Amino acid sequence: MSSAPDALAIRDTGDQRNHRDARHDRWFRWLLMVCALLVLASLVGAAGATLWGGRHAFGTFGWHFLTSSAWDPGNDVYGALVPVYGTIATSIIALIIAVPVSFGIALYLSEVAPPWLRTPVASAIELLAGIPSIIYGMWGLFIFAPFFSAHIKPWLTSYLGDSPDDGKVSWVAAHVPFIGKLFASNYPFGASVLTAGIVLAIMIIPFISSVMREVFQTVPTRLKESAYALGSSTWEVVWDIVLPYTRSAVIGGVFLGLGRALGETMAVTFVLGNAMNLSASLLDPGASIASTIANQFSEAVGLQKATLMALAFLLFVVTFFVLLIARLMLRQLKKREGL
Amino acid sequence: MNTLYLRRRMTNWIALGLSVFATLIGLGFLAWILWETLRQGISALDLKLFTKITAYGADGGLANAMVGSLIINFIGIAIATPIGVLAGTWLAEYANRTKLGETIRFLNDILLSAPSIVMGLFVYTIVVLPSTALTNGNTTFSGFAGGVALALIALPVIVRTTDEMLRLVPSTLREAALSLGVPQWKLTLQILIRAARSGIITGVLLALARISGETAPLLFTAFGNNFMVFSPMSKMASLPQIIYQYANDPGDAMHALAWAGAFVVTMFVLLLSLASRLVLSRNKVSHD
Repeated sequence: MSSAPDALAIRDTGDQRNHRDARHDRWFRWLLMVCALLVLASLVGAAGATLWGGRHAFGTFGWHFLTSSAWDPGNDVYGALVPVYGTIATSIIALIIAVPVSFGIALYLSEVAPPWLRTPVASAIELLAGIPSIIYGMWGLFIFAPFFSAHIKPWLTSYLGDSPDDGKVSWVAAHVPFIGKLFASNYPFGASVLTAGIVLAIMIIPFISSVMREVFQTVPTRLKESAYALGSSTWEVVWDIVLPYTRSAVIGGVFLGLGRALGETMAVTFVLGNAMNLSASLLDPGASIASTIANQFSEAVGLQKATLMALAFLLFVVTFFVLLIARLMLRQLKKREGL
Repeated sequence: MNTLYLRRRMTNWIALGLSVFATLIGLGFLAWILWETLRQGISALDLKLFTKITAYGADGGLANAMVGSLIINFIGIAIATPIGVLAGTWLAEYANRTKLGETIRFLNDILLSAPSIVMGLFVYTIVVLPSTALTNGNTTFSGFAGGVALALIALPVIVRTTDEMLRLVPSTLREAALSLGVPQWKLTLQILIRAARSGIITGVLLALARISGETAPLLFTAFGNNFMVFSPMSKMASLPQIIYQYANDPGDAMHALAWAGAFVVTMFVLLLSLASRLVLSRNKVSHD
């Protein structure tokens, strides 16, 4: 008599439990999806918030905003040219230095170094990526900029630049157009566009070299051994086999480094000099978008604040597309890897 | 023939020599930066760093900045960890190979290297400005706002590691649990996340290391404070922000304090990344 109702009760609770589980699964799924959408929201929100904050600047200055080098808080006239130029110039210098050095490191770690040395050297290079950017900034300000000013800058000016101090023009500057202007020394400081570019280069070397090293390792051994068997030297294998095979991912790694360099704030703010003037010389102080925001945002009001927000929007959009290209290039290699 | 061979050998030796040189440049700068941070930092280390607050200026310490950094970092990690782990779980378990999932995974990778200063301005817009409006126009920078900004920077790191670690969990584990009738939420929370636990902890530690040195987003969110405060609703100092402020100060005593702060931050970050590596390697051994 008791067994039938018991069985029924169990079946009922089983059904109830199934329903409850299905309901909880649905809720759980929704919760997870909302969290994932928050990632999307932070990206869209950052772009939207800076665009909204900068709307007055875009509205007031229009397209002229991008081509004007004015920066006059007294008369409330602002242009983006100086910080945009500073951002691009420092990033390009950083790439010019960091790409060959990173390639050298990746080459050393994947082909040259004895196997027991590879892991420790690779971890040491990756340690560079872990050092906070403010430490790079302090080292740049107190150690590197004085060193640069005392040893590297006079050398650059006397061999490559026009020196306005004594009116002498170097042999290179007399024979190659523009180079004299690039390396003219107008101020006695170590802070300059070139200094910032060098510090940025050190910061992005670990990112580019670790991507390069990773993709170099995806080259099939058969391919390399075939080339070696035909009598190729190590350099020929790397230049003619490894590099063409990994070309798109290597470019992706370079763009990843570029994305980092464009948005870097602290290291640049310390060594760029924060001068809102446009100068042809790489040895003169300048300003980048990020350093201008870091320096001026706290005290800015009204149109100046809107201008800084507009600059942040420009920076975010440009960085987004640079990183987009980087990731697309890197993904191509992953697809081939999967085949 | 012989000259061609010689030239090829020469090219090879020069290229390989340059690669060694490039590596030495990288290692040289690492050594230079670490050496200066250690040398200047250790010579400026003093007990008053940990006992006095920044209100005393050159005679003071960094106690309030250290406490502020801990509070802000804690808020950042406390916000980013649950959201990041759940979002990463969704990517790995529910949206793997769906269009939306692939898009979010891709955009998350972009967010990993997005400029942190823009994130600071974003939080300024969504947290600081509204609270200013609520308090009759006083600008209300707060430690909480700083924590939110750091959470936005930590989030993509945690999402990515969770996603990657969960995808490493063998599917037999899922099938075994599902065949026993375990509901999927229970399977996810109690089996999969537990299996990937040490990987996820590594991600959280890496995220903490990443945000511990962040300065730019804190300038317009937590702002800074010369006094010791514990309430996250007030302006709050942090180590990186004080380093920035003191390094730009003309006084030598301030520079020494900035170096001491830099030393503390660097040690903290390097120990964290060491710890995260240890957690991961121990996990690998136990699964072998």
